Amino acid sequence: MSGTPPAFEPVMGLEIHVQLKTRTKMFCGCDLSFGDPPNVHTCPVCLGLPGALPVVNARAVEFAVMIGLALECDIAPRSIFHRKNYFYPDSPKAYQISQYDEPICRGGRLGDVRIHRVHLEEDAAKLVHVGESGRIHGSDRSVVDFNRCGTPLVEIVTEPDLHSPEQAHEWLILLRTTLRQLGVSDVNMDEGSLRCDANVSIRPVGSSELGTKAELKNMNSFRFLERGVRAEIARQTKLVQAGDPVVQETLHYDPSTDRLTSLRSKEEAHDYRYFPEPDLVPLLVTDEVRAVAAAAVPELPAARTERFEQELGLPAGMARDLAFRRELADYYERALAQAPAEKVTPVELANWIPQLVERIGSGADPAESAVSAAALASLVAMVAAKEISRDAAREVLTKLAEEGGEPRAIVEREGLGAISADDGDGLVTIVDAAIASDPDAAGKVREGNMKAIGPLVGYVMRETKGRADGGEVTRLIRERVGR
Amino acid sequence: MSELIELTAVEAAAKLRAREIGASELFEAYRARAAGSDLNAFTWIAESAPEAEPDSPLGGVPLAVKDLFCTEGVPSQAGSRILEGYRPPYTATVVSNVTRAGAGLLGKTNQDEFAMGSSNENSAFGPVLNPWDRTRVPGGSSGGSAAAVAAGLAPWAFGTDTGGSIRQPAALCGIVGIKPTYGVCSRWGMIAFASSLDQAGPLSRTVTDGALLLSHMVGHDPRDSTSISLPEPITLPTAQDLKGIRLGVPEDLLGGSDGEGTGVEQGVRESFETTLRLAESLGASVDTCRLPHAPHALSAYYLIAPAEASSNLARYDGVRYGLRVGGDESLETMYSRTRAEGFGPEVKRRIMLGTYALSSGYYDAYYGTALRVRTKIAEDFRAAFGEFDFVVTPTSPWTAFELGAKTDDPLAMYFNDFCTVPMSLAGIPAISIPSGLSDGLPVGFQLAGPALSESRLIDAAHALEQAIGFDGGRARE
Amino acid sequence: MLDRAQVLHVARLARLGLTEEEVERMGVELSKVLDHVDRIRELDLQGVAPTSHAVEVAGVVRADEPEPCLDRDVILAAAPEPVDGGFGVPSPGPADDDS
Ligand SMILES: [Mg+2]
Ligand SMILES: [Zn+2]
Repeated sequence: MSGTPPAFEPVMGLEIHVQLKTRTKMFCGCDLSFGDPPNVHTCPVCLGLPGALPVVNARAVEFAVMIGLALECDIAPRSIFHRKNYFYPDSPKAYQISQYDEPICRGGRLGDVRIHRVHLEEDAAKLVHVGESGRIHGSDRSVVDFNRCGTPLVEIVTEPDLHSPEQAHEWLILLRTTLRQLGVSDVNMDEGSLRCDANVSIRPVGSSELGTKAELKNMNSFRFLERGVRAEIARQTKLVQAGDPVVQETLHYDPSTDRLTSLRSKEEAHDYRYFPEPDLVPLLVTDEVRAVAAAAVPELPAARTERFEQELGLPAGMARDLAFRRELADYYERALAQAPAEKVTPVELANWIPQLVERIGSGADPAESAVSAAALASLVAMVAAKEISRDAAREVLTKLAEEGGEPRAIVEREGLGAISADDGDGLVTIVDAAIASDPDAAGKVREGNMKAIGPLVGYVMRETKGRADGGEVTRLIRERVGR
Repeated sequence: MSELIELTAVEAAAKLRAREIGASELFEAYRARAAGSDLNAFTWIAESAPEAEPDSPLGGVPLAVKDLFCTEGVPSQAGSRILEGYRPPYTATVVSNVTRAGAGLLGKTNQDEFAMGSSNENSAFGPVLNPWDRTRVPGGSSGGSAAAVAAGLAPWAFGTDTGGSIRQPAALCGIVGIKPTYGVCSRWGMIAFASSLDQAGPLSRTVTDGALLLSHMVGHDPRDSTSISLPEPITLPTAQDLKGIRLGVPEDLLGGSDGEGTGVEQGVRESFETTLRLAESLGASVDTCRLPHAPHALSAYYLIAPAEASSNLARYDGVRYGLRVGGDESLETMYSRTRAEGFGPEVKRRIMLGTYALSSGYYDAYYGTALRVRTKIAEDFRAAFGEFDFVVTPTSPWTAFELGAKTDDPLAMYFNDFCTVPMSLAGIPAISIPSGLSDGLPVGFQLAGPALSESRLIDAAHALEQAIGFDGGRARE
Repeated sequence: MLDRAQVLHVARLARLGLTEEEVERMGVELSKVLDHVDRIRELDLQGVAPTSHAVEVAGVVRADEPEPCLDRDVILAAAPEPVDGGFGVPSPGPADDDS
């Protein structure tokens, strides 16, 4: 773990806030917006005007349930909204409507990280610092824009299952991919629709209890998350090694300086005075809502990886590489469906996907490339049937990527078909030539030193431009030297 | 003029619809009285009569509305300085419900700040005087509405009741006040005090007027998640007797078993007993019933209501509307100065009490315990209603008291609500009707029924009202 | 019994500036009220569920349909400090941060 001597291991949990892609806000009918002029999307509810009352957005609930199902959580048939009381200009009611001890989702996991809880809440307004306003001299001003205020948020809290900045980064990408596939959020960190806080502590390797944690805020890019966490691990390690205690505090990561600044230590932490929101009634997730949400959840990367491993026997890494890029996995499965099962194994076909990606460019979607899934399928089938050698097949794939078309046609046009003993004495003649060209290698082979066969095989491959099958060539050489 | 004022709202509506009187004529009659009154019952009075539709159900009958109902473009301050000059951009559902039915907004009435009080002495606009005796309080928090209706400055009015704020002032002013089942009147646009208890309701001269106004206030509102509908529409009462009606008298409350100050005043007790005998003569049976936890209702109420209030009133921070003090100092200074100067002493007291009751380490001991007492109180009522149709009590332990008499002793002031908070915590409907005078001051008689029993409750109250024959004319002189 | 420190702590939580005299009075008055309400803590409430709502309503939601918003000029007309289409405030110090 970079920056951390082996003596200590970091223990991390993440708190992720996700803006939901509903049409309207969590508790009012104002439409969601991004980048509009300030305060054009407000109403009595999201402005916290006297007498206004919240009403829950059904679609936000459906999205939360979809997320809960995707993360394998227990969905609570009945949950409660609470008020989290605190004064700040971005909070018009001076309380945030959130969920406290009865959240909509509990438990669950994504990949190798357990989910602690998932709950619904509302986003705060935007507070923009404007410095010295002309209006009140000598005093530093900020301006509040309530457009964002009340945007539906889902807060996802993990268990402390992460042990390195890289792992945190990796996992957050998995989460983003998953949420994007659910279609419930833009999950765009730059625009703030995906926001991440990290709880970081360190402990002696092997020990199982948790150290004092610090809360890192503003990890609003994947790079910052990794760098911020790394910086904090280093800071805590230095403290502990110097025998100083780690105080529980909230730190703000400043990417420009790569430094962490303390916001407030938990001693004077705010007392949020949570209590059940009396303006709302218990939230119900009926079987109907659950069914609608379940139907809307597609197969997600984690599940697909597992299926590729279980049902297709792909090695873990290979399965993950395919499943985490939906377009690759889809293409692969289409090709697999068209390949003759008795000839082509799933692993064999999967082996060819990186080859394809190499040729069409890593970012690209193979479905848009010149290589049709059917073409790849028949190419791999030809290799499996030894109708064409691997080297030749690579050439064909390159041609397919350039001009498309049907592999068999290309093989014939380019004369790349495999040659073997059965088609005339062509191959036998070349083998004899090889033996003749290097009698002492041939001699060694005759004496049983198989290492010596290499140059002879190489000769044949050169002569046949790689169209011969290596196995068969070896067999022929041994036969001809009379071994 | 004066005979117009003597019409009940129901009579006035009938004459307006029959074109026997004109809406603007009636409106002006009340407007003039409201403007000329010395009771300080109004915080705002309409310049002129709004457009009236004679064929509408209410035909243009004027309506006084408690200050805390948001009315678009019209001052709505909930009796507080912190909302100085605030004119909402929208209107409360119950207000638009009745104006759509043909009522005309006459004015906004004075009240205890944010409905916190039982004497209307906690208003940024100063105290309201009781029309029966101008040295005494009208009760609160809907004191302006009660005084206005009693004094004939308005035919009827809106009030809100959180722990007794409609029933107690109605009792002290000799009029009818109805606190409906929690949820039947939308809270959308009602400036919140304690969300789980606040209910809008009518204050009127007669039970029939109250029934008519309430029938146009109620209705499910998609903007209020706690809104519910009555099983059947409220009709005007017709009952002349109480045959077969079983009335339960909760000795737990009347004994004042919760300690000092709760004992019901002699004159009030006598009027109450007389009314019980009258009820029997109308065919009702009267027996004592148990509400074992009711004496603790006041304690539970004074934890729950302030707790919710401390959160509901946190939005008054000088950022978006209303008063701002210390805006050129630090944010924290602006907050504390704005709220220090914007809120009155009683509101500050309850914000402190509620903040304390919710603060970490005290939640379970106070707020949590209060919510459990609330459960027991609701159970007590359910049990009582197994044997009785209605529970009856004096509305207030005493008649209108002298201005300033209880201002130095908050706890003593809180005991005004002793007989009214149990129903609020249980969310059940209750009505207060005048049962007579004690030393020349009105006494209130409270009937409470099971949730959604409004129609039966109003019918019974009407029968009793007819038999009592209370005359509130003197307050309109 | 509410001591001076508690009164100041609660006043801070509630963002209520209190004068010396108010701090004094608040302590006395609140203590008197608390002494009274304290009696409910003697009741046996074992296994009693809390009631935060008198109504038995649950599962109230609205369709995700946009509704007209307020006119910005109207809402800013009520603002103590309208600035650049927004609500001006003193900038919070880092210590105030709670977002
Ligand atoms: Mg959150
Ligand atoms: Zn809104």
